[in-house]
Amino acid sequence: MTSRSQSVALKSGAIFGLLLGGCFAGLPILWMLSSSFKDNSEIFAWPPRLVTSTFSFAAYTSVFTDPVKVRFFLNSYFVAVSVTVLTLITAILAAYAFSRYEFRLKGAINVVIVGIQAVPPITLLIPYFGLIVALRLYNSYQGLILTYMVFTLPYAIVMMTGYFNTLPRELDEAARVDGTTSFGALWRILVPISLPGIVSVAVYTFMIAWNEYLFALTLTRTDNMRTVPIGIQLLMGQHSYKWSEMMAMSVLGSIPVLILFVFFQKFFIGGMTAGAVKS
Amino acid sequence: MTATQIPTRAAPTQEAPRRRPLPLRRLVPYGYLSPVIVLMIVLMIVPVVVVIRYSFLDNVIMTPTSSLVGWHNYVTVLGDPLFRTAARNTAVFTSVSVAVHLLLGLAFAMLLNTTLLGQRTKTVFRTIFVMPWLLTVAIIAILWRLLLDPNGVVNYGLQGVGLIDTPVAWFSDLNLALPAVTFVNIWAGYPFFMVSLLAGLQGISADLYEAAAVDGASWLQRFVHVTLPSLRPIIVSMALLDLIWTSQQFPLIWMTTGGGPLDRTEMLSTYTYKLAFSKYEFAWASASAVVLLVLAMVLAVFYVRYQRARD
Repeated sequence: MTSRSQSVALKSGAIFGLLLGGCFAGLPILWMLSSSFKDNSEIFAWPPRLVTSTFSFAAYTSVFTDPVKVRFFLNSYFVAVSVTVLTLITAILAAYAFSRYEFRLKGAINVVIVGIQAVPPITLLIPYFGLIVALRLYNSYQGLILTYMVFTLPYAIVMMTGYFNTLPRELDEAARVDGTTSFGALWRILVPISLPGIVSVAVYTFMIAWNEYLFALTLTRTDNMRTVPIGIQLLMGQHSYKWSEMMAMSVLGSIPVLILFVFFQKFFIGGMTAGAVKS
Repeated sequence: MTATQIPTRAAPTQEAPRRRPLPLRRLVPYGYLSPVIVLMIVLMIVPVVVVIRYSFLDNVIMTPTSSLVGWHNYVTVLGDPLFRTAARNTAVFTSVSVAVHLLLGLAFAMLLNTTLLGQRTKTVFRTIFVMPWLLTVAIIAILWRLLLDPNGVVNYGLQGVGLIDTPVAWFSDLNLALPAVTFVNIWAGYPFFMVSLLAGLQGISADLYEAAAVDGASWLQRFVHVTLPSLRPIIVSMALLDLIWTSQQFPLIWMTTGGGPLDRTEMLSTYTYKLAFSKYEFAWASASAVVLLVLAMVLAVFYVRYQRARD
């Protein structure tokens, strides 16, 4: 084989592989999109079609005009944004301590934070319900937000500490010499130049909070507190499956994370792999 | 998701005229950490301690008085045939998922790292490849219930190409339910490996490949002697993390098969959940939950040791 025909063969092989992978990953999602535009009676039409004669936005309209479902979305947004903001603030403060101070319990707190990430959610769940009720947080936004922070904080702290460690100490020490407080050095010097790191933590945190299922199910009781993942599942539990509506809600429920990913890919992937890749 | 350990940093250089730090100043880092410490004690340490305590008590939660029963709950749970089935299912589900996640992730990462194709093509495919991972598990479960329905599109396709004769009810077939949920979990999770391995591949110096090429190494030899050793740290870390998380998988099972048909997809997580919230045997459920916790902690210790060794 000449090197030219060999490279053509390699290239077509790569394209074939990519297309195969693209079908594996993308077709199910395409089907979700397609089903959301169908009439419920057409969902299992035989033979299946990607676009049917009943193509319409009816499922979306019915989601948007149902105040209960709109509330699921508002709840999800409110909880996810709150978790993101609070996680960022708390993690930045903690990461500052880890990155810029030596203190006696540093190692111990580090171990606890690492360990927490491995604790199975189901292990927490049994005592958690009673605890949340006792704290008067049952069926409230605060309950969900604080719970999600338990899961987002360890990772956020680790990532922010890693980011701060890449910034030279001289930066904030210079500010300290000029008489700035330690908090001032953090807030005015470190935070502004850490924006890329902060963005990747934010995107990741939002994603976890937006997607959480188990605790949202257990810690809320009324529809006005439910989030999107639970809302979709509730549609499934009723007498007949409203597939079109479930798929429309699924599409709408996936959009925020997809948008975040498309816009912040670079930060996202960079942040995600911060610990794995070492030069 | 890979950076699960706080990076250690070289101790700062001592300032020349050493001052004795004031006690107040020594408290500053704890001040910055206080919100985290309070939250973690109340919402993480306390529940973990409580569940461990429950696991040694009798009739917890359901009755106001309960007495210490030692290891009795553990004996009961570990002797339960259903627990063993769940452990076996979890082992199969987890090991197959992690292995295939790794293989698919590596294959896709290498495809995306090829120099044969343009950057734009690769960006488009990368976005498509990552998409399953961006979906909420509730959405993944429902989508696959639609796809794998006996009247659904997967059955249609498989009949079309002649792989099956009659439609299959994947999630309720005694022999196919576990492979089906494992498949869905594979679909949902491989991008996690892919993204990290892709970054790893991009970090491998081109010099290494050139040197290998000069030595006349074949593609396979380059893969085995250059690519794999360079990716080894990432592969081991990812695999350990995936083992921890997959063995805890609950929502996907719960929303597709619920552990059924019979006990065929019962996992340790669904088994524990049902003990607590369907049978109200909170003491047994706590014992089972602590067993899960111990397994996770063992894996976490391996993970931390591995990370330390690398540093």
